[in-house]
Amino acid sequence: MNRLPVKAMFVLAWRNLWRNHRRTLIMLAAITVGVWAMIFMTALMRGMVDDMLVNGIRDLPGEVQITHPDYRDDPSINNSIDAPGPGLLAVFDDPEITAWTSRVRVPAVISSERDSRGVILLGVDPASEVEISFDPDDIIEGRFLEHAGDSGVVIGAKMVDHLETRLGKRVVIMSQDPENNIADRGFRVVGIYRAKIASLEETYVYAGRETVQKLLKMNGQVSQIAISGGDYRNVDSWYQKIRQAAGEGLEVMPWNESDPYLGSMLTVMDGFVLVWIVVVFLALSFGLVNTLIMAVFERVREIGLMQALGMRPGMILYQILLESLLLLLIGLMLGNLLAVASIIPLQSGIDISVVAEGMEMMGTSSMLYPSLQLNDVLLANFIVIVLGLLTSILPAWRAASYDPVEALGKS
Amino acid sequence: MSSIICTDLCKTFRQGDEIITGLDHVSIAIDEGDFVCLSGPSGSGKTTLLNAMGGLDTPDSGEIRVGDIQVDALGKGPLADMRLNHIGFVFQAYNLIPVLTARENVEFVMQVRGVSAAERAERSFAILKEVGLEGLEDRRPAQLSGGQQQRVAVARAIVSQPALVLADEPTANLDSVTATHLMDLFIALNENHRITFVIATHDARVMSYAKRLIRMQDGKIISDEKNS
Repeated sequence: MNRLPVKAMFVLAWRNLWRNHRRTLIMLAAITVGVWAMIFMTALMRGMVDDMLVNGIRDLPGEVQITHPDYRDDPSINNSIDAPGPGLLAVFDDPEITAWTSRVRVPAVISSERDSRGVILLGVDPASEVEISFDPDDIIEGRFLEHAGDSGVVIGAKMVDHLETRLGKRVVIMSQDPENNIADRGFRVVGIYRAKIASLEETYVYAGRETVQKLLKMNGQVSQIAISGGDYRNVDSWYQKIRQAAGEGLEVMPWNESDPYLGSMLTVMDGFVLVWIVVVFLALSFGLVNTLIMAVFERVREIGLMQALGMRPGMILYQILLESLLLLLIGLMLGNLLAVASIIPLQSGIDISVVAEGMEMMGTSSMLYPSLQLNDVLLANFIVIVLGLLTSILPAWRAASYDPVEALGKS
Repeated sequence: MSSIICTDLCKTFRQGDEIITGLDHVSIAIDEGDFVCLSGPSGSGKTTLLNAMGGLDTPDSGEIRVGDIQVDALGKGPLADMRLNHIGFVFQAYNLIPVLTARENVEFVMQVRGVSAAERAERSFAILKEVGLEGLEDRRPAQLSGGQQQRVAVARAIVSQPALVLADEPTANLDSVTATHLMDLFIALNENHRITFVIATHDARVMSYAKRLIRMQDGKIISDEKNS
């Protein structure tokens, strides 16, 4: 079969593209802005969801938790587990695992001279806790716990307001021991923290793990063991190792199963990104098809000539599609560059504190960090190329279907 | 290859409510190496007959054979192949590809045929020199005069030495000197390479070059004679 060499087709397509500079530039601008919108907005939304997920996982905490099989239904002290044994400790040395901690997590009541509040008491080892959940920079007054046997307590700024207490004052924490007896003791407030999500300040009270174990007569047991690999997207590989090492008597759960709402966020976001990219493309496609139809319409006679000279209709079709491909590739390149160039300066975060309270309800903090994911960029590029070529088939097919005599007769 | 046999060709066109007869039971045989002029007034069917011979247009009825190929039975793709490999076209309007230079226009058909770059360059430079366009190879059609453009179109038609050249009013837009030069070139190719020429023309100067002169009127052949 006769065919024009690829290089010659590219030369012809490139020159045809620039026959009408203004039209090509307008279409390129539309593709560029469209691709930028796809990638930039996706990065913003991805950043917001990332923030929600990271905050949510910090709250769990960790991407994988080990608990008693009944703990999720009844998070009482009776459903505690032993501290990690040698088998688990060996797995925790895996290079994929970046941090782990074991903690006591029980419902409790905190009281000051003025008021009482229901809270979740966290008995933590501060050295490992800061690796996986608590951010020491959140401390706004005093200090964080110094060791697992620390006798102080760290509470949130909002809780301080509710209890009308302050740094250095004593509070009483009350919970139940395994025999369902009331266990209480006084703690001095050694630190006050400001959480990224303000509601957490009213929820969590931090005390030394050994101190809490002693208070609740737990004999070294813990409520949960939390493990992190640093990336919530890549958990499967090391999760299975932990599951094997933990054995049958313990429940090992990844974050998306521990908190299905968080897990669904990621799925919803992936679907949303796809819908967003397709919607932007649909808006673009009208311009693209119109441009190609005009380009074909202006060249009816020339297309008839090519057919008369012996170019098969299929080659005419390829030729028009190649012009469309070049237009799409240039637009994609510019759109990608523009998106990256506009995201890089925002890597330090966008302050959205004006709407922070509303955002907090969704679990995001007051700074939004755009998250440029390679997969999202590839998806946008793939969709623009594939759907762009599909929408170009109509004008290309029309060009290939011309009758040479009629086409040559057009002025 | 280039012997053409048309048998009982009929072709009508619809123009509004009116049916126009393009070809009315035309039968003709043209030998290989012949140099034929089709003449007649506008609407006599010259161009329709040329287009039918070249596989650009399909007759309503009748049979066309070019060499061993039954043209009227071919599909779009094989017809394109036949035009590419066996026929050179020269149109009245120069019909060059505007984004290609003179040389690239001449090379276009050879490129589609898969001729090597070196051979294309050699042949295109030689033919452009032969039609008097030496030094203008890299100009685009818009930078050439009408006569120069027509010479590029002629160069493109004959550069790959097709068995058959079909030319529709090739001298209509040329001055007499260029027209004479072009016809001399056609004659040389016809005599030296036995390329068959079928030329539709009103131009008496062109007709004077013909070995055979066919006159048409209202889609019919009204005379067919050797030209002395």
